[in-house]
Amino acid sequence: MSTTFWIIIAGAIATYLTRIGGHLVISRFENIHPRVEAGLNAVPAAVLTTLVAPELLNAGPAEWAALVVTAVVSLRGGLMAMFLAGAAVLILARQFVG
Amino acid sequence: MATDVISESGAKSDFWQGVRLSMPVVVASAPFAVLFGALAVDQGFSVLEAFLMSALIYGGASQMVGIQLFGQHVAPWLIVLSIFAVNFRHVLYSAGIGRRIAHWPVIQQALGYFILTDPQYAVAEARAQSGQTVGFAWYLGLGLPVYLFWIVESALGAVFGKLIPDTHALGIDFLLPIYFLGLVMGFRKRPLWLPVVIASGCASIVAYKTVGSPWHVSIGAIAGVLLAVILPPHHSGVGERP
Repeated sequence: MSTTFWIIIAGAIATYLTRIGGHLVISRFENIHPRVEAGLNAVPAAVLTTLVAPELLNAGPAEWAALVVTAVVSLRGGLMAMFLAGAAVLILARQFVG
Repeated sequence: MATDVISESGAKSDFWQGVRLSMPVVVASAPFAVLFGALAVDQGFSVLEAFLMSALIYGGASQMVGIQLFGQHVAPWLIVLSIFAVNFRHVLYSAGIGRRIAHWPVIQQALGYFILTDPQYAVAEARAQSGQTVGFAWYLGLGLPVYLFWIVESALGAVFGKLIPDTHALGIDFLLPIYFLGLVMGFRKRPLWLPVVIASGCASIVAYKTVGSPWHVSIGAIAGVLLAVILPPHHSGVGERP
């Protein structure tokens, strides 16, 4: 077996542990404290924001335009509508500002 | 008998409802799967290895980080640790979604956690929040197409990688942030949404500048979650339990 193969296997095990680990830890408690519940409710916004925010550091006019349009469209439209709108603006804007 | 038929057709329509919701995710992740395959081969992976990595790890950002470090001949344990660090946010998803799928048989839960990606969590959590049950058929309908397309497109990307035209002009490198921004906006009606987004955003940018990638993901997420935990419960809309 090659080193690459073992890296993939170990990475897969590590990843699965993260996916099942939170549940295994939390399920040991019978009552969830309100503060823990408040924390859990904050998870999606907290995590997803970290996948976007650092991108702003390197974003140029085309990227900013795409993000603003995405945010505006998401106020009214669904996920697909906002994604296509953002992607369209990005591709169009990059033809002009590179 | 009659109830069997009803519940079976219910599960079937639940499955297809999930499949419909998976389509934006399939479209959004396609460029990354192809890009991953192309980059993996470029970094010295075989087509089979690229395919295996997508099939077994199934986490786009962590796979990208993994092949990048592999190409730089970083020590194997450090590559695995980095994959773990990028994926560490799933601990939080796991704890959150565990409340919603605890009624499934254990085998189904084990499978459910295997396909627990960012969009899978976001869409399932949104469904639970709207008061609907997160059933196995629906969850599988949501996750299976994304998984299948992901591994097939990874392999295709590995085979045809060098044929991708100008990725910058096509905006491929920036589709992921656009998609994730949409998901963030989808949670905007939650209590404390704006403070959490600001805290996580600032913390992740500072961490990105100081500690560096990929730790900014975990650090930024912990900052936002800690804020929600620290603020008095009446701010977060969670009632004190008797």
